[in-house]
Amino acid sequence: MTDAVAAPILEMRDITKRFGAVTALSEVNLAVRRGEIHAICGENGAGKSTLMKVLSGIYPHGSYEGEIVFDGGPGDFKDIRSSERRGIGIIHQELALVPVLSIAENIFLGNEHASGGVISWHETMTHAQQLLDRVGLRESPRTRISDIGVGKQQLVEIAKALSKKVKLLILDEPTAALNDEDSRHLLDLIVELRAQGLTCIVISHKLNEVMRVADTITILRDGRTIETLAVDGELSEEHIIRGMVGRDMADRFPDRTAHPIGDVAFAIEDWTVFHPLDQQRKVVDGVSINVRRGEVVGLAGLMGAGRTELAMSVFGRSYGKRATGSVFKDGKEIRTRTVSEAIGHRIAYATEDRKHYGLNLMDDIARSVTLAALSKVSRASVINEHEETVVAERFRKDMRIKAPSVKATTGNLSGGNQQKVVLSKWIFADPDVLILDEPTRGIDIGAKYEIYTIINALAAQGKAVIVISSELPELIGLCDRIYTLNEGRLTGEVARADAKQETLMRYMMKGRS
Amino acid sequence: MTTTPTVNTASSAPAPAQPPRSPGGWLKTALQGNFRQYGMVAALAVIVLLFQVWTSGILLKPLNVTNIVQQNGYILILAIGMVIVIISGHIDLSVGSIAGFIGAMSAVLMIHNHMPWPVAVVVCLLMGAAIGAWQGFWIAYVGIPSFIVTLAGMLVFRGATQYLLEGQSIAPFPRSFQQVSSGFLPELGGASLYHWPTVILGVVVMGAAVLQQVRQRRTQSRYGFDVSAPGWFVTKNVAIVAALAAFTLLLASYRGVPVVGIILAVMFVVYAFVMRSTVFGRQVYAVGGNGAAARLSGVKTNRVTFLVFVNMGLLSALAGLLFAARLNSATPQAGIGMELEAIAAAFIGGASASGGVGTVFGAIIGGFVLGVLNNGMSLVGIGSDVQQVIKGLVLLAAVGFDIYNKKKGGS
Repeated sequence: MTDAVAAPILEMRDITKRFGAVTALSEVNLAVRRGEIHAICGENGAGKSTLMKVLSGIYPHGSYEGEIVFDGGPGDFKDIRSSERRGIGIIHQELALVPVLSIAENIFLGNEHASGGVISWHETMTHAQQLLDRVGLRESPRTRISDIGVGKQQLVEIAKALSKKVKLLILDEPTAALNDEDSRHLLDLIVELRAQGLTCIVISHKLNEVMRVADTITILRDGRTIETLAVDGELSEEHIIRGMVGRDMADRFPDRTAHPIGDVAFAIEDWTVFHPLDQQRKVVDGVSINVRRGEVVGLAGLMGAGRTELAMSVFGRSYGKRATGSVFKDGKEIRTRTVSEAIGHRIAYATEDRKHYGLNLMDDIARSVTLAALSKVSRASVINEHEETVVAERFRKDMRIKAPSVKATTGNLSGGNQQKVVLSKWIFADPDVLILDEPTRGIDIGAKYEIYTIINALAAQGKAVIVISSELPELIGLCDRIYTLNEGRLTGEVARADAKQETLMRYMMKGRS
Repeated sequence: MTTTPTVNTASSAPAPAQPPRSPGGWLKTALQGNFRQYGMVAALAVIVLLFQVWTSGILLKPLNVTNIVQQNGYILILAIGMVIVIISGHIDLSVGSIAGFIGAMSAVLMIHNHMPWPVAVVVCLLMGAAIGAWQGFWIAYVGIPSFIVTLAGMLVFRGATQYLLEGQSIAPFPRSFQQVSSGFLPELGGASLYHWPTVILGVVVMGAAVLQQVRQRRTQSRYGFDVSAPGWFVTKNVAIVAALAAFTLLLASYRGVPVVGIILAVMFVVYAFVMRSTVFGRQVYAVGGNGAAARLSGVKTNRVTFLVFVNMGLLSALAGLLFAARLNSATPQAGIGMELEAIAAAFIGGASASGGVGTVFGAIIGGFVLGVLNNGMSLVGIGSDVQQVIKGLVLLAAVGFDIYNKKKGGS
């Protein structure tokens, strides 16, 4: 433990950040003492990443309200370079390394040991070796980044930050993509760096890790600071969880009309998938779930829990390697080795990533809606464009897609309306089973309400719906049953009546036994 | 809240759709949607007018119009295939070499082996498709970038052409085969002022065009869509008929429609239809626009890519045959540079290098822009060195204008 009376190296006072009408951060306060490890906890969307982007100058001074004092001076950073110059280093979840370059080249990228534009390799390698020794990475500085695993890449990122003489190191979900051993190593390293005087901010979902290394925890919820806690023997995980989730959820969900729930329509049994690059890593590990006709089932889990990976690997092996297990539709085992097979069995998967996997952003609404079921608007493989326009117009009206016409390009629509186009596409394909991955991510509250209404209507028609969501209130407000996943394993199954955020959160963080 | 969207998935009763009605709204949307295409046609018209004046009227003489069609037929055929390849997000550098190779093969079959020419043509076309399948296999199923595979193909088939011809030209082809490329619709009866079969064909095409317009308008109103005002509709049809009539008379006052022209017209109609109105065409756009999204929507993206290259091989073979027939010999140099002309035509015609965007119509117009430039500049005596510079700048300007428009429009 560091000295309790150490002066703060960083103070963020009353930070408010708005995006248009949406307030992402509201009068957030954060004080970090010199030489401590300060954890920031909160649900997805609580504002943790936004706060760090404000701190590191990605959102420049002036684009937010409030003030930052860093290392005895004002922290009015206008971009990431100016915060770097003052000694703030940030390591994002998606690592920013060039895979084809060597470790040493990556460490000094943009900051080369050179005179007159000519790189001094001797100096580069010597310095790189020193940094690698410091982070405990036993690899040659000449090794290519693409030849080492994610865990080691994370260490290279830290070495890179150290090379810039950081005083404050920010790690955003550093262990989300790592296996147990790499995680342990990384956490040990952070503790060691603290002993050398470095200050760290760690953003993490993994409470057990946070409890192990952090000196102080600040909890954010809905863009506000809830509390700042000292980690001592008294503090319990329950306390943190309560802080992370406590919010009212009145009137955010449409009423569900009672309708009969039928037999099991779709079941996945003993499903295991390996990571596409790291073939030793199980991303989904022996998961079995099922959903009945007319039922909405939720899949809860934190980042990296394997929810999307489970859904995509079942849907035409669209993710991962060496998937094993069985899939049943109406009690009969089916094959879903390709997307067309899955669609043929009337299964639909609406992706969480609309821009990359959901829509052709150059195309118009009408053509996007019909893409998964072109046979329904064509005869002898000739498309009836009039029929297509009529169909798309119907969806535009029913789903309240805000666009001047169905000839509007999907790339010009708002997130909520793009999501409605994706849903329209799959509803038009008329599936029995719909897997909706983060159906309300990045869209406003009004559009969310409309999407909830659509989901309820689908269930009332007897469809089996699986909803993957990172927002617990959403799952509780929407689902009949909720499964929880953690690190690729099923950790719980909770009925609607028993579904409380605290309960779910505990299951979602349940470590390996 | 009272929002209860009815999500009816089973019924397909055509509820009357109501696109926004505003005075002249249909005109605005029509122009917006086809702005790029109208722009291209306008650019072509300007170039034609320019050279018509510059060459003191030689450009649009019947003989010269016939020449333009015959000189550019094979490039336009390649441009059709190339725009489809580009829409699917790929490129094909090998088409010139394949065309040369097929030309050589046809000469060996017809001239050395005395194979009847129709049989030889079929064999050559099949060979083209097979070459396309070979390249498509590496691109679609193995995942080698099309640039690499077709660059390899460019070298391989150029070499194969030289091997087949043993470095020499083979000539002459049978007369009836030559007719494919340099012949005309046969004359009926004695010589007259106009070539009557051409006039008749022209009238038939005019009738078909108008009929198509009327049918489309009728279907549109049956589905409850807005249709253009009657006055505009009549004007549009008169313009179409007038353009076709002028073109018909031009050709009819020389030796009639060249056979290449007929082949080209058929290819245009077929491929424009395929890309616009068939499931396959739609899937090509989807694969090029966002391959991952297309795959997750059940499109067999590998198969689509494969077929696009089979088709390109087939069209390259057709172009090779037309070129050989026109030259009346197979030479080791045949087809050199054709791939670049075809690629340029597709891009001038509005295709996007990142895939997902482009039309067959655009590629044809782009091909004609290049063809008229070639022909016009030769007529006024501009050297081939300057010609290349100008064509290069036209390509740069056309695509630059496109990108500028996109940035300004924000779409």
